[in-house]
Amino acid sequence: MGRKLLIHNDHIPNIHTLDVYRAHGGYASVEKALKIMQPDQVTEEVKKSGLRGRGGAGFPTGMKWSFLAKPEGVPRYLVCNADESEPGTFKDRYLMEKIPHALIEGMITSSFALGAKQSYIYIRGEYFYVARILEAAIAEAYAAGWLGKNILGTDFSHDCSVQVGGGAYICGEETALLESLEGKRGNPRIKPPFPAVAGLWGCPTVVNNVETIAAVVPIVNMGGEEYAKIGVGKSTGTKLISASGHINKPGVYEIELGITVEEFIYGEEYCGGIRNGKKLKAVVAGGSSVPILPTELILKTAKGEPRLMTYESLSDGGFQTGTMLGSGGFIAMDEDTSIVKNLFTFSRFYHHESCGQCSPCREGTGWIEKILKKFLDGTANESDVDLLWDIQSKIEGKTICPLGEAAAWPVAAAIRHFKHEFLEIARNKKFTDISHYDRLNKLARV
Amino acid sequence: MKVTIDGITIDVPKGTTILQAARMIGPEVAPPTMCYYSKLKTSGGYCRTCIVKVTQGSAANPTPMPKPVASCRTEVMDGMVVENTINKDVLEARKGVVEFLLVNHPLDCPVCDQAGECSLQDLGYEHGAATSRYEFPRREFERIDIGKYVQLHMNRCIMCFRCVKVADQLTEKRVHGVMHRGDAAEISTYIENVIENDFSGNVIDVCPVGALTDKTFRFKSRVWFTKPVDASCDCKKCSGKVRLWMKGEDVLRVTARKDQWGEAEEFICNECRFDKKKTSDWKIEGPTKVDRHSVISQNHYNHLNELKVQVLKQQKALGFMDINKRP
Ligand SMILES: Cc1cc2nc3c(=O)[nH]c(=O)nc-3n(C[C@H](O)[C@H](O)[C@H](O)COP(=O)(O)O)c2cc1C
Ligand code: SF4
Ligand code: SF4
Ligand code: SF4
Ligand code: FES
Repeated sequence: MGRKLLIHNDHIPNIHTLDVYRAHGGYASVEKALKIMQPDQVTEEVKKSGLRGRGGAGFPTGMKWSFLAKPEGVPRYLVCNADESEPGTFKDRYLMEKIPHALIEGMITSSFALGAKQSYIYIRGEYFYVARILEAAIAEAYAAGWLGKNILGTDFSHDCSVQVGGGAYICGEETALLESLEGKRGNPRIKPPFPAVAGLWGCPTVVNNVETIAAVVPIVNMGGEEYAKIGVGKSTGTKLISASGHINKPGVYEIELGITVEEFIYGEEYCGGIRNGKKLKAVVAGGSSVPILPTELILKTAKGEPRLMTYESLSDGGFQTGTMLGSGGFIAMDEDTSIVKNLFTFSRFYHHESCGQCSPCREGTGWIEKILKKFLDGTANESDVDLLWDIQSKIEGKTICPLGEAAAWPVAAAIRHFKHEFLEIARNKKFTDISHYDRLNKLARV
Repeated sequence: MKVTIDGITIDVPKGTTILQAARMIGPEVAPPTMCYYSKLKTSGGYCRTCIVKVTQGSAANPTPMPKPVASCRTEVMDGMVVENTINKDVLEARKGVVEFLLVNHPLDCPVCDQAGECSLQDLGYEHGAATSRYEFPRREFERIDIGKYVQLHMNRCIMCFRCVKVADQLTEKRVHGVMHRGDAAEISTYIENVIENDFSGNVIDVCPVGALTDKTFRFKSRVWFTKPVDASCDCKKCSGKVRLWMKGEDVLRVTARKDQWGEAEEFICNECRFDKKKTSDWKIEGPTKVDRHSVISQNHYNHLNELKVQVLKQQKALGFMDINKRP
């Protein structure tokens, strides 16, 4: 059994209530931080822990915190990114729904470290019921004195509120999130300045993922060094993985970073193998935007070493033969899956979610979707594969925010590893996998 | 601060953007712009035509920037080295941007009032490919009248956000913004509210394409059959410094005076723009001297010519054609 630090208590009845949560050691990190630590010491522990952002980019959290500008007399904010909209990712929802106090405790402890008197949890519109769970938990925390004025009799006061978004993927991009939180249209800002200098209402702001903030709790409790002992190299601690697709046991798993991909897919403790006795064909390991890998490359690196569930091992080989851990949205596909159709689904999503500010993403995502539709219709030509490649290469790296890359990478990876599938459709002028095609056809916006 | 653009070094004050520095050097190295407008705060960053490659971040930290950057929104650092017209990847990427801008663009130049003074035409001509690889239907909208004087032809909009910034920054009541998102986004006065105030006409001048046009000029003439004349009047609301577009003795259109980068020198009021259409309303200063495409003014001629030679030399050394040839 791997160690669990975040959702180890998820099976306990009523763990969502303050009393039960407290009875199982909840809010100890707030007590420890506020009573015996200085804010900078908390940041120091987070640095030592090696914790990296769990929202997708994997940026070291302690370093991010230490970049926060601290001008005299200007408020600072902590904003929790609970917009979780990357297809294949649903771990934050699980955590918030099951153990809302784990996030709220993390918010308080982290805000203490950052000197934030106010924090916000920005949650996607479709999670409105989770927002209610969080609000109920926040009300409990206020009533018990964990939030509000002079927490635990110290001079640290803190308010935390939940803001429900309108249900836009782009509002998960941190600066679009801040715009939306300010009540504006959720358009990503042009950087610099970065949120650490000018974030919410122009004030220094840290934006962190739900899981990142929740991980601060065990880090403060056990100490950064202890936490860093879990994992391999620069991938420390545990990670929530949202496992979906053609596996026997889809769900949210907390893993120790460093287990092998093979164990994660086939181990009984985790996904339990591919369903219906089928063979694995491909995996999207970190949410829909990261490159898809065929079985050979997801189980073993190009060098033939076993691929591990770590930031480094998954990206071994670069995009040529590797991928990314991303947000931990692990999608497994069996041998009957059409990569072309899967790509169409992803591309349709990115087209739909582009905010439209910059030309390459606004126009390129729609174009890609329309070309992929031709493949599903059996009207594509071989030259369309090259065109797709060229379009994605002209989006990548030329946009305001990384949604451009998120839209381009899946196209590049599908062509890189499964070009034959595209060519086969183009040559035969026929798309044979029709399992869900009619439905998709009706849904398609093209 | 010293910055080197396409091999030419210039000293600029702190806070200067790469684009501004490049414009100080001259049009030979200045990237094209479709959304940046020096007179509008927070403009730029959207169209991505002005992207350049930073091959050295600064003297202190010489590592190159990993991705191309929007020159209009990136400030120079001391010792920065930038490549624009001498970098093949930049030119290829820019070609891509032009193609993207044309994906949903009708290119109905023959019936477009903007033809002849259209930034997109110029851009396509200088940086685009000869044919489009886009084979699908383009998005279509109804034309909308925004008040008495301005027509919005959304089909031609390239989402540069300049008009939104004019509405934000120049006019008092902002009833004009963006609806929807992605390639469904559109400029809107939100349920056909009209912009009625003294400076609303400036949206026409800032629009780089034929999406916002002057209704009082519609189809009166192709711009190249009209003669631009600089004129002025005593106006209480604005500087009164305008450009008249004449045919014979008739004033067909009044616009702001545009500088060599196609930007209005000073914004003008609606009265000057729409109501003063008689020669007797104006004090004529003389024919407009500067043509946007022959930006080389007399006394700088030799200097700029040298620049051109320098840039061409570098391009030749890298083995590519003179892509910077101007009509
Ligand atoms: C289009 C887009 C969508 C994103 N969506 C999310 C999201 O839903 N949740 C999240 O935590 N981070 C998301 N991110 C990443 C955030 O911008 C940001 O990096 C993250 O919230 C930082 O938190 P972390 O350092 O704790 O990972 C998204 C980024 C992009 C470009
Ligand atoms: S990359 Fe896409 S989502 Fe991001 S700012 Fe540009 S258009 Fe908007
Ligand atoms: S806006 Fe420019 S490119 Fe478009 S139709 Fe008019 S003149 Fe042609
Ligand atoms: S209408 Fe013109 S000025 Fe306004 S966003 Fe479109 S192209 Fe730009
Ligand atoms: S001019 Fe710089 S991005 Fe448009």
